[in-house]
Amino acid sequence: MENEKLIELYKTMQTIRSVERKIEEEYKNDEMKTPIHLSIGQEAIAAGVCIHLRNEDYLFGTHRSHAQYIAKGGDIRKMIAELYLRKTGCTSGRGGSMHLMAPDRGIFGSTAIVGGSLPLGTGTALASKIQKNDRVTAVFFGDGAADEGTFHESLNFASLKKLPVIYVCENNFYAINSHQKERQSGDNIYKIAQGYGIPSYQIDGNDVLKVYEYAEKAVEQCRRGEGPVLLECVSYRWKGHIGTVDDLGVGFRPQEEYDYWISKCPIKWYKEYLKSRNILNDALEKSIHKEIDKLVKDAFEFAINSPKPQPEELLDFVYAD
Amino acid sequence: MPWTTIEVEKQDKFVIMDDSQNGRMLSYKDALYEAMDQSLERDPRVFVMGEGVDDPGGVFGTTKGLHEKYGRERIFDTPIAENALTGIAAGAAMAGLRPVFVHSRMDFLLLSFDQLVNHAAKWSYMTGGKVSVPMVVRTVSARGWGSGAQHSQCLQGMLMNVPGLKIAAPATPYDAKGLLISSIIDNNPVLFVEHRWLYKTVGNVPDTLYSIPFGKGVVRRAGKDVTIVAVSYMLVEALKAAEKLQAQNISAEVIDLRTIKPIDEDIILESLAKTGKLIITDTGWKTGGVAAEIAALVAEKAVHMLKKPVVRVCCPDIPTPAGDLQEKAFYPDFETICTKAVELMK
Repeated sequence: MENEKLIELYKTMQTIRSVERKIEEEYKNDEMKTPIHLSIGQEAIAAGVCIHLRNEDYLFGTHRSHAQYIAKGGDIRKMIAELYLRKTGCTSGRGGSMHLMAPDRGIFGSTAIVGGSLPLGTGTALASKIQKNDRVTAVFFGDGAADEGTFHESLNFASLKKLPVIYVCENNFYAINSHQKERQSGDNIYKIAQGYGIPSYQIDGNDVLKVYEYAEKAVEQCRRGEGPVLLECVSYRWKGHIGTVDDLGVGFRPQEEYDYWISKCPIKWYKEYLKSRNILNDALEKSIHKEIDKLVKDAFEFAINSPKPQPEELLDFVYAD
Repeated sequence: MPWTTIEVEKQDKFVIMDDSQNGRMLSYKDALYEAMDQSLERDPRVFVMGEGVDDPGGVFGTTKGLHEKYGRERIFDTPIAENALTGIAAGAAMAGLRPVFVHSRMDFLLLSFDQLVNHAAKWSYMTGGKVSVPMVVRTVSARGWGSGAQHSQCLQGMLMNVPGLKIAAPATPYDAKGLLISSIIDNNPVLFVEHRWLYKTVGNVPDTLYSIPFGKGVVRRAGKDVTIVAVSYMLVEALKAAEKLQAQNISAEVIDLRTIKPIDEDIILESLAKTGKLIITDTGWKTGGVAAEIAALVAEKAVHMLKKPVVRVCCPDIPTPAGDLQEKAFYPDFETICTKAVELMK
């Protein structure tokens, strides 16, 4: 891989982390009046997959979709404005934090219903096949979505019709606070997909190079018309299911488990990797951070200074013209 | 499924004269087929999916042979996965296609509520108007011949409660064709409610492509004594009732709403201003249904016009029985409407 790409992955992960940290910091001021679901700790998955997607390729996300939105090139100013529920937000203040989208970037939406995006992304992939274009769809979902019927129904259909869709499972083990072991009879989501005849892999979702490598092959396979691929990317969310809490203690999740995953920080490891190969040096790192800081500052300023949708606009958008 | 055919074949060939000046007569079923055929011909974005759409029967003939004409990429059979398929249709619609997803029984629609209600119907709003979902869900409600509780339901009333969805319920062949074309060209998710007992109904149907606007009802029979607002198949019963009432010197005005979301309020209120008496008849249940909604509308906007309390002629609030004697008692018909109208005139 060229150095340029390696640095791009780093930038994307750092941007996601910085945006999320800033959201976390500002959330206490109660101006973002919408639930937030942070993906701190899971940055490598969105970065490693989306780097292979073209602008016109489709992406569908979940309630936890900040990382995917950023990695696919969504406008961060519009994203933050949406978290502040402003008229300038990516859904004009109608969707809130769980419905980020940017159709001009192929981001057709994210859903607050677990497993809800799986059929939708399978549908855009069906459209690609009918329209005979080479657009690929990436559908992000959590391990909890594998509990849902839509997961099984969608995978069966995509396999049957050989649709160009990459199912990206961000397995962080928890659906709110229920561990995968309490919800699923197995612990290998990728094996379920293999049962539907879909090439599927379980990979370290904290290793951005691994995600990059498998996603590259998956995208190529989809573009060649060979049908769907599933990537089960094992990772961990540092924050709790919702808000800025960390869900540690009183039985939510064990401290040792949390500490282990913090030690496996996808960015820390990758930064050391780049530095050890002289791809990243202090000067470059500094300039990247300066750029990101400016981006984040601009986005929050834009959001805070934007107008809110007014009550008289309540009925807008219920129906398309 | 012979029973479906048997029960429909037993129905009279009911003829409804329509707005059209065209002399060609077509059945409701063939009008639906023609709307599908012409829409597929006209617009390459249209495709049809659903269980059995390409089988020899072709959903009671409404999609028969279309796969031979347009190919299996555009007309295809599906797994039995109503929920995901609804979302798959919605996703395809977001990507610029115009899917028509067919359920041969309306009961199966219940499996798809997550994708229909949470996703397809909400997407335009949640995206601030950036992504629309131009899809049609065709559902066929049935009755008779022991269909029982899970093969006979008319759930349109339940779905009126969903913002972002449009609902068409055509009763005549002319409307079946025109409204299906309107539904396909509409940029929103549309629930298209058909009724199996209407399939043999005959009426004027032009061979051209034409559309009918949503939210515009029509007076099927003018009258001055009592207003009967009829939905879907109940139009047939209402027209039969009006004919019978005429012999008793009761002049009934019969209104066909054509679409129930949006609903043509004006046509109801204008008629009520004349008659002061209202019977609402729907194929579904009474509580919380289409008739309940219309009654509420009248209570809100026109209670002063009512000379008598509103009457609802709907199915009683019980699951559909399979036994033939009970089934006959379960469904209201023109006799029920006549009895209610006579009572109203007292």
